[in-house]
Amino acid sequence: MYLRLLSLVPFLGLVVGPVFANRVEPLVFGLPFLLAWVVAWVFISVAVMACVYRLDPDNRRPDGEDPRP
Amino acid sequence: MNVAIVIIFLTAVAALLLGLRARHGREMTLEEWSVGGRSFGTVLVFILLAGEFYTTFSFLGASGFAYGKGGAAYYILAYLTLNQVAGYWLLPGIWRTARHERLVSQPHFFVRQYDSPALGLLVAVVGLVALLFYFILQLKGLGIIVSIASYGSISPTVSVWVGAAILIAYVTVSGVRGAVWNAVIKDALILIVVVFLGLYLPWRYYGGYGAMFAAVEQAKPGFLALPAKGNGIVWFQSTVVVNSLGGYMWPHMFSSIFTARDARIMRRNAVVMPLYSLMLLFVFFVGFTALLQVPGLQGDEVDLSLLRLTAQTFDPWFVGLIGAAGLLTALVPGSVILTAAATMLANDVYRGTVRRGMSDASVNRLARFMVPVVTLIGVFFTLKGGTTIVGLLLMGYNFIVQFLPAVAFSLRARNPVTKQGAFCGILAGVVALVALTLSGTTLVDLFPFLPAALRDVNTGLTALILNLAVTGIVSAVTRPAHAVASAAAPTFGR
Repeated sequence: MYLRLLSLVPFLGLVVGPVFANRVEPLVFGLPFLLAWVVAWVFISVAVMACVYRLDPDNRRPDGEDPRP
Repeated sequence: MNVAIVIIFLTAVAALLLGLRARHGREMTLEEWSVGGRSFGTVLVFILLAGEFYTTFSFLGASGFAYGKGGAAYYILAYLTLNQVAGYWLLPGIWRTARHERLVSQPHFFVRQYDSPALGLLVAVVGLVALLFYFILQLKGLGIIVSIASYGSISPTVSVWVGAAILIAYVTVSGVRGAVWNAVIKDALILIVVVFLGLYLPWRYYGGYGAMFAAVEQAKPGFLALPAKGNGIVWFQSTVVVNSLGGYMWPHMFSSIFTARDARIMRRNAVVMPLYSLMLLFVFFVGFTALLQVPGLQGDEVDLSLLRLTAQTFDPWFVGLIGAAGLLTALVPGSVILTAAATMLANDVYRGTVRRGMSDASVNRLARFMVPVVTLIGVFFTLKGGTTIVGLLLMGYNFIVQFLPAVAFSLRARNPVTKQGAFCGILAGVVALVALTLSGTTLVDLFPFLPAALRDVNTGLTALILNLAVTGIVSAVTRPAHAVASAAAPTFGR
């Protein structure tokens, strides 16, 4: 269950976050601030989901087959 | 005839020949693919799944939306990322059910999960409507490419017909399975083209993308963020939610989940796929560069921005190459969508209602006959025009997301939703969507006590909330008494 909560983090960054990041300046790495925010969160999401994948017990089974919930 | 259009037609012919070869050696090609899949699994599955996400929409549509709406275009990056997060949890469940029940199509999934052929039919009809939006978008893209590459010698209307003819020929020749190699070539080609254009064009006109953004901010302050009204923050949030939840509900995406070999590969894909969506960043660069360099495109003309800028910058032979890459990004997904729609019409709608005892062979023949029929319907709506490529896909997503509650709940060990609940929920969502869209009514018009900021909530989300409410209420009323009792009792697995 805590894994599912962890995967809510990207939603916080990309759905709630833009409320606070909705501006053009300062440009970050040449990108408008909001676009840089979204791009940063693409990377953070991948990192978070990589952690979820590592921690998810369903991925440790050798045959890749999951038990029914 | 100029060089550009010749190159584009040669590409179309080459794609047809590849499709023909794939059909003749189908057993071998597929076998080859599955063996390759076993040795370097994740990479090929990644390319194939990515290929279904990145279509004319991401090439011409995303650049056009950046050109026309500015910062609102970033929603595409956000939703593609979150769609994979949602997919991580949804896909293995759908895949497991499909494997267990030997499912072949999305309506089939609903029929089995809810034991209701009527629900299957409803899902098939709604799915067809949504697919039609997706299909019109590809046809529109094909038309734009042919028209611009001919430098005006082929009119936009004729271009759409030419695009439709190429598409019918491609689907007829390459058969239901399609050519995997066309998909691989298309993805490689479009990736190279997009990264090149995204870096070269801002450099050529401004000396770099940073300077380009600074120039756009100076010319149109605030355009690169979300506006206060219209496509503002509330629109952005609700649209990202609807699109990220709806992404895997598309009938053709659903079927590709069925064909996967192993749940873990899908999870791994869900983790890395968002990196691929960063390709959109370069498409945005092109759209924003076009903003000040080919100014004045209005309404659905914004979809022309990428190709107009290309035609203004490069020699015809190079425009031909870029157009050829664009042609493949419309052709390959277009054929997948067209095949899915034709098959659903023949198998789930016709066999499901009119002739239950129809053989697989006759369904196949009927599906082939449906290909030109669906294409003609698509051409009709494409020529009516008026909506941008992104506008079309947003509409499709609003329809398709209505399947989410029924799908997500059915994956639980004990499904709290009844077949009546699922049916009424989807129906209510779709009817509300059509009514709200046609009348232009917003959430705030219906409930005046809500804050005015909610005026810009995506209509799909309003319909989805209504859908959820109806699903819950009808399920509560129609749930058999003994099921309620057993749901309350402690459960020990399944």
